[in-house]
Amino acid sequence: MRLLTHNMLSSNIKGVTNGFPLLIEAEKFIEKTVDFNPDFLKNMYPKIEWKALVSAATSMGYNQLPEEVEPSMLESEEFLKKFHHALLELHLEEGALICPETGRRFAVIKGIPNMLLHEDEV
Amino acid sequence: MKLKQLESYLGNLDQFTDPKVELEQYPTGPHIASRMLFSAENSFGDVSGKVVADFGCGCGTLGIAAALLDAEYAIGIDVDSDSLELASQNAEDLEVDMELIQCDINNLEWKGQIVDTVVMNPPFGTRKKGADLDFLKMGLKVASQAVYSFHKTSTRDHVKRTALRNFNVRSAEVLCELRFDVPQLYKFHKKKEVDIAVDLWRFVPQKNQERVAK
Repeated sequence: MRLLTHNMLSSNIKGVTNGFPLLIEAEKFIEKTVDFNPDFLKNMYPKIEWKALVSAATSMGYNQLPEEVEPSMLESEEFLKKFHHALLELHLEEGALICPETGRRFAVIKGIPNMLLHEDEV
Repeated sequence: MKLKQLESYLGNLDQFTDPKVELEQYPTGPHIASRMLFSAENSFGDVSGKVVADFGCGCGTLGIAAALLDAEYAIGIDVDSDSLELASQNAEDLEVDMELIQCDINNLEWKGQIVDTVVMNPPFGTRKKGADLDFLKMGLKVASQAVYSFHKTSTRDHVKRTALRNFNVRSAEVLCELRFDVPQLYKFHKKKEVDIAVDLWRFVPQKNQERVAK
């Protein structure tokens, strides 16, 4: 699971109102190189919850993202490269996603988050 | 990439060995899968450079096809872990990146408007009535540009009516009619292979302000 996916996943348990962002418990993560596409990043930037991306990257051991951002930073290739790396190159392989409201754990196994709900959560 | 080339890549994907009838698992054949993604890309520009989600991805055919046509980010969602494992293997074999999530489509809770395009071969609802339209409804919630889907040709009027009236789509258009080969997978199948007529649909959600079907 990459962090763009994390940026849209939310706890889907019935009744939960603040299910975003899910906290990351990383047991194993890997990095895979992806082609750098600045246009995609510029297009994606306004749709991203920045704080969630920063904290997710931090929990995967990557601390290079600035806490505060503004659109003018998209002119900087250095910034875009960091954004690219955090968003698309970090993979959570084993661990869990944790609902911020209930503490319920969604396991991540072989890179696949299991968001299936129990009967009483639907 | 040419259509023939895409179809031939998809023809090499591993399919279900032990399909689950309750989930209406039928493989999406390379013929119809390649046509869906090829049209989406070449007629509408909905794939290359986009975020594409494959709903009920099964062994990953449509999502992998999107990745082969240069989707920037492909995501497959399925409820069944065996399918996801197969999809993961198929993506690896073709050296494409595909995100996989195990989730019931009806319980998806996604934030924001990150997904541009949703592609799907939904369960046709012969086992669970309306299952295909449940998928469509969720697809329209998630996609910001377009949803591509197969539905039985025999349900064309119903699909159109539901999409326009209940789901408030901007447009609902049948791009072409195709033959869906259903091989003899289950014991209750009496014939060796049947083909059913399916429509390839393109739906445009209201939130898509710029792109209306050409």
